[in-house]
Amino acid sequence: MGLIIGMSILLGCQFLGEIISRALALPVPGPVLGMLILLIGLITRGSVPGSLRTMGEGLLKYLTLLFVPAGVGLIQHFGLIGREIGILIITLIVSTSVTLLVTSQILQRVAKKATSSREGDA
Amino acid sequence: MNDFGLAKVWVYLAASPLLHLFATLLAFIVASRINRWAGRTPLLHPVIVAIALLIGFLFLTDTDYTTYFEGAQFLHFLLGPATVALAIPLYDHRERVRRMLWPIVVGTLTGVVTAVISAVGIAMILGAGPETVLSLAPKSVTSPIAMGVAEKIGGIPSLTAGLVLLTGVVGCIVGPWIFRLTRITDPTIQGYSMGLAAHGFGTAYCFASIGSVAGAFSGLAMGTSGLVTAFILPPIVHLFGL
Repeated sequence: MGLIIGMSILLGCQFLGEIISRALALPVPGPVLGMLILLIGLITRGSVPGSLRTMGEGLLKYLTLLFVPAGVGLIQHFGLIGREIGILIITLIVSTSVTLLVTSQILQRVAKKATSSREGDA
Repeated sequence: MNDFGLAKVWVYLAASPLLHLFATLLAFIVASRINRWAGRTPLLHPVIVAIALLIGFLFLTDTDYTTYFEGAQFLHFLLGPATVALAIPLYDHRERVRRMLWPIVVGTLTGVVTAVISAVGIAMILGAGPETVLSLAPKSVTSPIAMGVAEKIGGIPSLTAGLVLLTGVVGCIVGPWIFRLTRITDPTIQGYSMGLAAHGFGTAYCFASIGSVAGAFSGLAMGTSGLVTAFILPPIVHLFGL
């Protein structure tokens, strides 16, 4: 019964998320709103129900498998990929590197400032 | 007679969702084994290998994607509840988030904006078509969110899914190299940056190669950046006139 309850909580949150997303024509996908709804619910409740944890962590453990069907969909875009392969490769490598560089530098600077100002307070 | 029997079996299998659901699971098992033999290199990530095997299989059996997806959709559907389930690790790390709130807020906003603007900007400068640009925009966030966002803004969700996976591979290769070059040694910062730029692939890499603190922060970044991206990407893309 545990898994069924866990899955029902997840699907229920997704369901609410989809309804809100569509009713208000939000640009945010329904499951993301569902995630927010669940997060608010967990914070309000103060703990994660065992059934939800079993189901949710089971899904997240095999999350990579769930990407496969969509990834196979690349087969439909071989034409486009072939035409723009150079652009795609350069964009992926440069943009990912820049993102890593900027994020790690900003985090380091802000974290250092946060710690030093806290030490200054004390 | 025998050939005729086999042909009949094939006609049944090709029309039923059973074959392609089974093939997907089988391809993933084989791909995981191959990855283990290859010393868990991100270049031969199980997802990438499984997709290559299945694309090869579809070509060999002359099957179109729609037919394949009739079977594989049962797995694909689980992406929705899996996205909702990302709330669980976010909730688990709430104390850590509270402690590092300010760096996380600033880092996430700058990181997400950098990821989106650099992807859209570079692709546009290089002359990519609008569909490609819109499919590239959410490339740094975890697939279920990225695909949802791509669909909402007019990209091609299945192209986005592939680009997201490739971004993960790129992140795992260049990440450690960038950290070495810029002398970033704090595992929380390494983890958070990897999760933000390379989603679940970065998280898996952190758990395997840096440590559990980096892994936890990476998982956290995957959740927060996914959430932030879903909200701020559409207006940013709008600024580019797309």
